[in-house]
Amino acid sequence: MSPAKLSLSVDAIPQEKRAIYDKEPILAARDLRINFGRVVGLDGVNLDLYAGEVLAVIGDNGAGKSTLIKCLTGAYQHDSGQLYLNGQEVSFKRPQDAREAGIETVYQQLAVIPALDIASNLYLAREERRAGPLGSVLRMLDKKGMAKRAGAAVQELGIQTIQNMGQAVETLSGGQRQAVAVARAAAFGSKVVVLDEPTAALGVKESGMVLNMIKQLRDNGLGVILISHNMPHVWEAADRIHIQRLGGCAGVITPTSHDMGEGVAIMTGAKKLVQDAPA
Amino acid sequence: MTSNSAAAAQYGGRQQSPIQRVQHLLHSYPFLSPAILLIITMAAFTALNSRFALPANLSSLMEQAAIVALLGVGQTLIILTAGIDLSCGAIAILSMMLMGTLASTNGVPGPLAIILGILFGVAAGFVNGLLITRLNLPPFIVTLGTLSVFTAVALLYSGGSSIQGSKMPDIMTALGNSFPVGSFRISYGVIVVVLTYIVVGFVLSQTAWGRHVYAVGDDAESARLSGVPSKRILISVYTVAGLIYGITAWVLIGRSGAATPNAIPQGNLESITAVVIGGTSLFGGRGRLVGTLLGALIVWSFSRGLSLAGVDQQWRLFAIGVLVIVAVSIDQWIRKVKA
Repeated sequence: MSPAKLSLSVDAIPQEKRAIYDKEPILAARDLRINFGRVVGLDGVNLDLYAGEVLAVIGDNGAGKSTLIKCLTGAYQHDSGQLYLNGQEVSFKRPQDAREAGIETVYQQLAVIPALDIASNLYLAREERRAGPLGSVLRMLDKKGMAKRAGAAVQELGIQTIQNMGQAVETLSGGQRQAVAVARAAAFGSKVVVLDEPTAALGVKESGMVLNMIKQLRDNGLGVILISHNMPHVWEAADRIHIQRLGGCAGVITPTSHDMGEGVAIMTGAKKLVQDAPA
Repeated sequence: MTSNSAAAAQYGGRQQSPIQRVQHLLHSYPFLSPAILLIITMAAFTALNSRFALPANLSSLMEQAAIVALLGVGQTLIILTAGIDLSCGAIAILSMMLMGTLASTNGVPGPLAIILGILFGVAAGFVNGLLITRLNLPPFIVTLGTLSVFTAVALLYSGGSSIQGSKMPDIMTALGNSFPVGSFRISYGVIVVVLTYIVVGFVLSQTAWGRHVYAVGDDAESARLSGVPSKRILISVYTVAGLIYGITAWVLIGRSGAATPNAIPQGNLESITAVVIGGTSLFGGRGRLVGTLLGALIVWSFSRGLSLAGVDQQWRLFAIGVLVIVAVSIDQWIRKVKA
């Protein structure tokens, strides 16, 4: 059963990008609700993510951004509501379930192992073994192959400051580590990549690099969810912006339909979004 | 692209002081410092007394280092996960007393007694791992507790007395037999130790399990978020360590020619010393197994070297103490390495 259609205003979407919205959303959430004791975490949230777009999720602290993302990626189990992947209803009991379904998450704390090299980090918990008895009997890792494919994955994202896949992650700068985490998500996320505050700890140049990687993922046809507090970054990278407020969705805007000031006003409740609000 | 790689090359080649270069080298090859230390130690003791370099002396050095080196394999695995095992010697002793008693008093056939003893080691390690992961207790506390428990059980079970090798089937003491290699003598026990290093070294460096051991030790939470089953890895590490302590028990019967409850009074701490001197970090995630072998050889080189030089044995303890502190300081310094 496919999810009920959410109304979608494509007026503010550039002409050449409208085609991606004709298809079925790659990831859809309907009426997600979760309570933590007496505290309402999510109060019936709807969300559509299309392949080939960057959907930013913004909101004040406590608005439910992280909770929403955790429900989408299997870290939390929502109390009620439905999740659809490619129109099929799914339920994720653990983060691994979401990962196996093709949804990769880049956590705020990055989840890279400093002492291991870049290739090992990219393939951590997904190691590939050698062909033949060396792999099946002796369980030997295909180190060369993994390093080669890791190099290709990093190249594809246009990261030129990382050259040597045998370099330990601890010798990298913050931006390069972020790049490794994004590259891992990109290499294995076949459908959706979720990034939680990917630019929070980075300088201007490194942020630019990560934003470019995000656009690259989108252009490769993935659905990208970007959570950020940094409005200029959101307005630069996002195609649509989901505004989370008080556990619910206060509306979906685009960088061209509203400017940053209006976005922040809606986010803080100073202004209401008057459009055809979802029923 | 070319300008970028040129920039990257320039960035990487930015001038480093000689000290920084040494720091980098030690960081990339953690077993380099113990290897250098072992060479210096052996050269120094040979200079003090040329008998140190005689094959007979080196052969008995190997025999003496073998037990600590073997316990050190299990200890290295555990320390790589940022844990510690204070009970390793106690597990080996209890396994040994179990093997000896089963084979002599209970009349169990030798091979079966050995297998049961080794299985006890496996079970003891599994219990350590279970307590650490399920009850979330620090490894230090768990193994401090099991150290006392296993030591007490070994003494109660054996009545505090040894079982002579002559009362056991030959296979129990077979690992103590040796054969000549040139002018050296090598026991089968040493062969077992070397084989264990090769097998565990291979598993650590070539398999996914090995990677996961390093990952869990370096950053357990990141490893979990990356999909590594951290708790399962920890339990398996303590269980494998228990297996190695069980094998140590067999080697130990061969070496002592008996099952004795006080065969290795310093085994617990000496194995930790060997691991630390061998360049494995107590903070987990960093180190190489071969370093532990070098560490055990260094410890026993001091012992034999000092006695050949006619120095009071107490200085050996003094020297080992200094070495441990220096080794951990070097580790701290190496960890501060910057790109």
